[in-house]
Amino acid sequence: MSAVLHADVAIIGGGIVGASAALELRAMGRRVVLLERDLCGSRSSGVNFGGVRRQGRALVLLPLAQRSHQLWGRLRERIGSDGEYLRSGHLKIARSEADMASLEAYRERSREFDLGLQLLGRDAVHERCPWLGDAVVGGSLCPEDGHANPRLVSPAIARAARDAGADVRERSAVVEMAHDGQCFHLRCAHGLQVSAPHLLNCAGAWAGSVAAAFGEQVPLSGEHPAMLVTEPLPRFMDLSLGVEGGGIYARQAPRGNCVLGGGRGYTIDALRARSTPEVLTLAMRQAAALLPALRHAHVIRSWSGTEGYLPDHLPVIGPSATTPGLLHGFGFCGEGFQTGHAVGAVLAELVRDGRSSTPIAAFSIARFAPTPAASPAGSDFAHP
Amino acid sequence: MSSSLAPPVVIGAGPAGVRAAQTLVAHGLRPVLIDEAARAGGQIYRQPPPGFVRSAQALYGFEAGRANAVHRTMQALQPQLDHRPGTLVWAVQGATLQLLQAGRMGQVDHGGLIVATGATDRVLPFPGWTLPGVYTLGAAQVALKYQGCAIGSRVVLAGTGPLLYLVAHQYAKAGAQVVAVLDGATLADQRAALPALLRAPATLAKGLLYRASLIARGVPVHQGARLTRAGSVDGAGERVGSITWRDAHGERTLACDAIGFGHALRSETQLADLLGCEFEFDALQRAHLPVRDAAGRSSVPGVYLAGDGAAVRGADAAELAGERAALALLADRGMAVNTSRAAELERLLQAQTALRLGLERAFPFPEDWAAQAPDELLLCRCEEISVGQLRQAAREAGADELNRAKALCRVGMGRCQGRYCGAAAAEVLAHAVGIPIAQVGRLRAQAPVKPVPFAMVEPPA
Repeated sequence: MSAVLHADVAIIGGGIVGASAALELRAMGRRVVLLERDLCGSRSSGVNFGGVRRQGRALVLLPLAQRSHQLWGRLRERIGSDGEYLRSGHLKIARSEADMASLEAYRERSREFDLGLQLLGRDAVHERCPWLGDAVVGGSLCPEDGHANPRLVSPAIARAARDAGADVRERSAVVEMAHDGQCFHLRCAHGLQVSAPHLLNCAGAWAGSVAAAFGEQVPLSGEHPAMLVTEPLPRFMDLSLGVEGGGIYARQAPRGNCVLGGGRGYTIDALRARSTPEVLTLAMRQAAALLPALRHAHVIRSWSGTEGYLPDHLPVIGPSATTPGLLHGFGFCGEGFQTGHAVGAVLAELVRDGRSSTPIAAFSIARFAPTPAASPAGSDFAHP
Repeated sequence: MSSSLAPPVVIGAGPAGVRAAQTLVAHGLRPVLIDEAARAGGQIYRQPPPGFVRSAQALYGFEAGRANAVHRTMQALQPQLDHRPGTLVWAVQGATLQLLQAGRMGQVDHGGLIVATGATDRVLPFPGWTLPGVYTLGAAQVALKYQGCAIGSRVVLAGTGPLLYLVAHQYAKAGAQVVAVLDGATLADQRAALPALLRAPATLAKGLLYRASLIARGVPVHQGARLTRAGSVDGAGERVGSITWRDAHGERTLACDAIGFGHALRSETQLADLLGCEFEFDALQRAHLPVRDAAGRSSVPGVYLAGDGAAVRGADAAELAGERAALALLADRGMAVNTSRAAELERLLQAQTALRLGLERAFPFPEDWAAQAPDELLLCRCEEISVGQLRQAAREAGADELNRAKALCRVGMGRCQGRYCGAAAAEVLAHAVGIPIAQVGRLRAQAPVKPVPFAMVEPPA
């Protein structure tokens, strides 16, 4: 039998949320063990599109997004790397007058958060962005939003947590979880045991099984965003792009590759997902219409990942409704990369203070109680 | 799942693919044969464009008989199969293959699939390898067979493997001046391989004939050679002007205007990966290869693997494996096949595998390559990643697996998706971490298998 590791806090999941929490908890002097099934930042935290935007988020999420925005601004100081983070500006494109109207309405509704949104009409948007196709009739620009490289940022947060003294254990899948009324007892597949009075459930799309182990059912389902990347192109797109009403999203990395997303992929096994050829070619068609420069480019790679979605498109953040000391942070519905830093900070505050300085009441797991209805994966929960 | 209504599909029209298609036709099916090249033959029996008049003897030398046989078979088959030349299979999901043909996209469903995707050179970079005028051995051979061109007028051929001597012989015979052959293998390696090679006298004889032909033409062969660097003309970096190597006689430099180099071959396995085939580490090829049974069945029902794309065993074995895989496909479709022929093919393939062991001994992998590679050596030319950058990802970020290293330092992330740098990157990473090559894993394949243009999705003008 291997020895038992004793800690103040055990964290399951080495994605951006779990690693950020580990980093914050070390700053508070807590003893932390982080257990990651594979490699830190190897799932959605490391393979997502890389958008770092607040614009377009649900209003109830904006306090969290604003807090994360501050943390993103101190990225190099926090993790020792800029992770290709750029406050390039994020443009949400309108393709119709109705799109413009809803962008205007969002600006009004989000005014108190001071996102600095600028509405651009047809002439203004094409003058600002001569590389946009004719179908664009306007847009909403958030100058301080931007993008970053997830495959650099997320592993670097875990490394920073380790450098700060967290005991980060990769390739350590948790196979047994129990709570004795005071303490959590975890056992990994390779025999490692951990006990701690606090447990953070940061297991992303797989967090439902951790919640279930403590009697909490959540209707968490996996979604697989389809993404692709071009060969490096001369720099032409200086903003990160989204489209009002959905469709593709796009950014150009510092090396010149255009990263594009749109549509859904499929799973190839319990842990991995892929883009479908149909979705890829649809995204290519839409992207070429929006960005004429791409008509002469090549796609060199596609990929996907698995993100946790909840039916109301809001995450679960906060204390368990069944087990004292258990804290959840999962189900970000594709928005976890931007908010992850702040969620980690909130979870650390909850450990230390028992309360969060950022409002999180809307994200309580209790909203799914007391009649838990687990939903089949893949069902469509869009905007109930 | 593959539909039994759809015709079987063969990917690759080299020796394995042509024999597979021939076997399917012989049993009354009309297969689809998809190939990236304009004309059948694969790399080994690549045909020149229509209208070129060099003889098969001039193009293929000792292999002319086999090349002719494959080409003639293909010609005879043309009316009985759906041949799609100039076509790339760039993705696959379920039974639907995604095609790129003449710049347009298309699909075809398969009712049983034989993957015969062949191999490319295994590239172990050396300083100066990206200078204009430095080619892989395979590319040097393609220039000669396809276009009747040599890569230069004073050519050095280097590396190791049977292809080294074949290309040298073909170049010398075609009238190019081969100023030297630099073989990484030593005479002792080749002596040690003799017992195994004696079991395949024809192959051994060919090897000896190539060697004799080089000697007769006064081509110097240096054995045990380790490439130090390729120098450029006047040091300007514009074109290769020299090669420097070390061997038992010390360090030497020769002037040249072109270099062809390679260290045996690596299998093209991306489609097998996208198809969901299980992979296993193969110590002989130092690579993860799709698992297959003696008949060529992969781990995925309805998917069969044949030729160098499944494991590098050479053209003769590829013909046998193509036929054997087709018989397996037919039997699995419930059709009657000649089981004694199937058993005979498996026996012949077994003998070819023994020969392959001998060749690997005669041309051993240079196990000291990763240790010798300097930090500043360019490893991944698509993404401009050096050996030192990969070592740094291993040392500072703890990358001990190939996909993680790719994520952190971009090695294998460019246009070729690791098809050319992946083998060398695995060697560097394993050495840097201090673990066996088997443990660094393999780069996961993602569609597209090769870059595809946005223009393919636009409606025709």
